[in-house]
Amino acid sequence: MPVTSPDKVSLFAEGTVSTLRLIVYLAAAMIIMVIDHRGGYLQGLRNMANLVVEPAYRAAALPSEVVRAGKLAIATQSHLVDENRALKEALLLAQVRLNRMSALTAQNDRLKQLLDVQRDLGLGVQLAQLIDIDLDPFRHRVVLNAGSAQSIVVGQPVLDAFGVMGQVVEVMPNTSVAMLITDPAHAIPVMVARTGLRTIAYGTGAIDRLQLPNIPISADLKVGDALVTSGLGGRFPAGFPVGEVLEISNDESGMFAAAIARPAAALDRSGEVLLLQDLPQPMGPPVPEPGMQTPVEDVSASPAPGGQP
Amino acid sequence: MSNRRRAHALIFAGSIIFAFLLQLTPLPLALAAFKPYWLALVMIYWAIEAPHRVGLGFAFLIGLAGDLLIGQVLGEQALRLVVLVFIVLRFRSRLRFFPIGQQSLAVLALLLNDRMVVMMIRGFAGDPMPPLDFWVAPVVGMLAWPFVFLLLDDLRARIRAKST
Repeated sequence: MPVTSPDKVSLFAEGTVSTLRLIVYLAAAMIIMVIDHRGGYLQGLRNMANLVVEPAYRAAALPSEVVRAGKLAIATQSHLVDENRALKEALLLAQVRLNRMSALTAQNDRLKQLLDVQRDLGLGVQLAQLIDIDLDPFRHRVVLNAGSAQSIVVGQPVLDAFGVMGQVVEVMPNTSVAMLITDPAHAIPVMVARTGLRTIAYGTGAIDRLQLPNIPISADLKVGDALVTSGLGGRFPAGFPVGEVLEISNDESGMFAAAIARPAAALDRSGEVLLLQDLPQPMGPPVPEPGMQTPVEDVSASPAPGGQP
Repeated sequence: MSNRRRAHALIFAGSIIFAFLLQLTPLPLALAAFKPYWLALVMIYWAIEAPHRVGLGFAFLIGLAGDLLIGQVLGEQALRLVVLVFIVLRFRSRLRFFPIGQQSLAVLALLLNDRMVVMMIRGFAGDPMPPLDFWVAPVVGMLAWPFVFLLLDDLRARIRAKST
């Protein structure tokens, strides 16, 4: 033991802990950090330790779940009736829109067949629930209650009813971690729905702000323009709402315009999210499958020539 | 006597596990930045009160566990806690006899120093600089310190009273 008899140490003695050991531990921590930063072993380690990590996540989420259940239990009936009515109206609206869409989809399919386009918009989705825990307030990550046992893979886009939320970055057996589009390390290729202008929206670290730097000054961009995913980069499929332009200004150099956008998805409200199952068009040539039978499949699996960014 | 030691160990382990859970439990979004570094508060307490249990090696291990649960880079919290515990152990003989207000100020200084260590680590990792409310959490930690201290002290005093 480093400390022998603490009570006999005088008030102004420097404690007995040695500087050498501090240096050794600091060096060890730094070496681990550098190795992990380069190699990203933390996720593998977390995977191995999932027997401890996952229960800890669930336990930490327990209080907020109890609060939510309590709120539901004491909700008044009139409130529930109101909510029910609102949901029914929303469902009706969605149904009508869907019916119109299905006609359009059928037409689109026919036209696509005529054009011989292989890209398919058939989307498989999967529901997952947010586990309400807080990993780090300065990084925007959320934990979902589905993992590799539910066939979640890294890179799956995460959506809610209003737009793109983010993507899965870490998968454990029964939980996964998703990075939100507002994380400072996240970028998403977007397109201005009105003009087709393509750019990239970066996360800012603020939950209600996206940043679009380096827009040409001559570009046609207005406050209120809707941003949708452009589908470039091959991670997010095209056409999902991302946000709305809030303000446009010149950047410091004056050579480019920079815009601020508000995310379309309700990032700050927890609940259920959708995970897209079918990853969009694969990048590069497809992996040759051993069980390939017909040459027709071969054609359909080749990527669209415009898919490269 | 051994009963009392067992109870003491239980409080020790329980407080650290509780700190981990508290660290993971979310606050409402508006308050998210105000969450103090609970793990550090508990470690400071035990480094002051039970230095035979909390050494640099222990802080290192707890930090690794914290990284496993919460962190982004393995070793970040290990480094932070080793620095923290080292400073506390160095000045332990003085910190112990500070009145609670003065002790809170010392905790504020420790947590601010911890924030600077975080900024350094993230700077080296190439992360963007954190927003301004990054600096609010140490103040909240200072305000929370008396409660942590009194709660844990009271728990220990009860055990002592019961066993004698």
